[in-house]
Amino acid sequence: MFKKINNALNPSLRHPEQERASRINKVGAIILLAILYVFLFVLDNFLPAGSFTGMLIPVLRKGAIYALLCVSMNLLNGFTGLFSLGQAGFMLIGGYAYAILSIPASQHAAVYQYFDGGAIQFSIPEFFSSFLGAGLGSFVGSIICIIIAGVIAALFAALIGIPVLRLKSDYLAIATLGFAEIIRAIFQWNGFGIITNGSNLLRKYTALSDIRWDIGSVSLKFGTVFVFLIVTICILLIVLLINSSYGRAFNAVRDDEISAEAMGINLFKHKMMSFIISSFFAGVGGALLAMYQTTIQSAAFTSAMTYEILLMVVIGGIGSVSGSGIAAFLYIAANEWWLRFLDSGSIGSIEVSFFRGGFRKVIFSIAIMIIVLFFSRGIMGDKELSITGVINWFKNRKERKLAKKINASKEGE
Amino acid sequence: MSDFIQANLPYLLAGISVGGQYALIAIGYTMVYGILRLINFAHGDVFMAAGLIMVFAAASLPMYISIPLVIIVTVLLGFVIERVAYKPLRSAPRMSVMISAIGVSYLIQNCALYFTGGLPRVFPSIPWLTDTVTIFGAITKRVTVITPIITLILVVALVLFIKKTKVGMAMRAVSRDFQTSQLMGIKIDNVISMTFIIGCFLAAIGALLYFSNYQSVIPTSGSMPGLKAFVAAVFGGIGSIPGAVIGAFLIGIVENIIKGVGWTTFSDAFTFVLLIVILMVKPTGIFGEKKTDKV
Repeated sequence: MFKKINNALNPSLRHPEQERASRINKVGAIILLAILYVFLFVLDNFLPAGSFTGMLIPVLRKGAIYALLCVSMNLLNGFTGLFSLGQAGFMLIGGYAYAILSIPASQHAAVYQYFDGGAIQFSIPEFFSSFLGAGLGSFVGSIICIIIAGVIAALFAALIGIPVLRLKSDYLAIATLGFAEIIRAIFQWNGFGIITNGSNLLRKYTALSDIRWDIGSVSLKFGTVFVFLIVTICILLIVLLINSSYGRAFNAVRDDEISAEAMGINLFKHKMMSFIISSFFAGVGGALLAMYQTTIQSAAFTSAMTYEILLMVVIGGIGSVSGSGIAAFLYIAANEWWLRFLDSGSIGSIEVSFFRGGFRKVIFSIAIMIIVLFFSRGIMGDKELSITGVINWFKNRKERKLAKKINASKEGE
Repeated sequence: MSDFIQANLPYLLAGISVGGQYALIAIGYTMVYGILRLINFAHGDVFMAAGLIMVFAAASLPMYISIPLVIIVTVLLGFVIERVAYKPLRSAPRMSVMISAIGVSYLIQNCALYFTGGLPRVFPSIPWLTDTVTIFGAITKRVTVITPIITLILVVALVLFIKKTKVGMAMRAVSRDFQTSQLMGIKIDNVISMTFIIGCFLAAIGALLYFSNYQSVIPTSGSMPGLKAFVAAVFGGIGSIPGAVIGAFLIGIVENIIKGVGWTTFSDAFTFVLLIVILMVKPTGIFGEKKTDKV
């Protein structure tokens, strides 16, 4: 039995067949990603702006950001078994940290008009732009701001985690929810207005449209590519973590805390680690969301936002990274694009009287309830999407049909 | 001295009144948690729905029909939610039931958004309740004075119901041990339905009183009172009805004193600070029973 476990864990001891499948998956993923990035670059720059691309670009950007947020929540809820509802709070910290650090110095007076221009008088992207040029400067600067945003969210998580992670299941959920509300109240308080701008919104910071490269008279835009780049790197890091020995320890904590402790896993340390890492990526996601929205206001980061991400995770399958990604894109696309007609009052040319504002959300939430109640494993369950998996699925389709027929005929007898 | 009282009495009165309304919601949380070990995230939204049903009912019906109608429809809503969203998941892990509760909350809020069109709806003024009265020189609505009285009457009635009747005994048994009480011939599903019916009945009355004070209903106006009532239930020791009532009055009063001092932004945050402190110091709450996990 031990040999079997070793085989699964140690790549050098795996079956040659597995080894081959893993290689195909890696190479295939790299090729697919390369194709995706070329497509996104073309989409950003060369496709004519129309109603189709006008919907596709925002959906892809927001979908990618939510994919990261879902995966970070899945790391905590699905892989470590900590039912935390504090996501919106950490996103808020990340988004605000990003925005505050990247508002150009000349715009401070306009943004912080009620707080005498605010306390922080520098901008990281501007600093880099001064010697790298506008395009590259804002690229490097915003990446540094995003990392700082994640680190600040992680620091808050470390502080909050010390008391909160001693709690179990639903108490943990309600305590993290409470902390998210406290964070929101603090950011809305005018006492910290010189930093957070109180309850007013933050704007004029480096947004996605600023990520571009000017060569002579040609200006190349990298907005969508930038979002996907950050999201891909972050999700890749999370996947590496999940497949490492730490990831196995997280799973052990989820499956049975007492046995995990008996096997020598330090419960508090591993819970803390998962909480901090998840919050780091929630902070990064919040920063990206700020870049996407071009303005940010703390009032928007309510518990409803956390619930939405949680429902996406459930749709994708708790414990599946690829499921979370697929669900995030589907959810955003359906919510912002495909189901828009439900709010507009007609299908094509046929008028339907009960299709009015908000009907889309009703249909949406009924669909979610159906998934939660009847398909609780979600799209992927706890499996992962892989190229060889898809190929095998198609290969085995005939066999499955045959098996179904045999079963049906047996039942007929 | 009299100046001081006159300046602060309105806040105290408002606090006691809001506390009573929170208490009516908190009982629903604490009873459901006591029996199902489930935080019913949708309870706050049921409370909001009751307010909204009142808005629509009073628009076309006279008051003496619409008030009973609101209570009946809210109770039915709670019953249906339990049967549809929680009953099929009885043997599922606790996390899935909680996710289902969050889904129901999302559904109710979105339905409310659809029916109101996203606009705040003005709550009809119930005659007699919304008249102004003067107490010790402080002018306030009659509902402020009536709420604590109604709350206390209902709580005493509920405690008697649980202590003296057969159904109440069954509830106590189920909350003590789910499986054993099933073996003893208690019809678990009926007991759970009864719990939801009582919880929603109290939430409906709470909503009528609460919105008489606040005048308008929006789809999210249930979530904050809901969370606060839950904190009150935790504070009092979840599963304990008197505990929940004391917790709710405490939260209501302190919150309004904070508002009176001028720290309105933090009046909501206080609730959660209280929650975290109580979970750190005494996770079982002031009246909760201590439980130990067996390996």
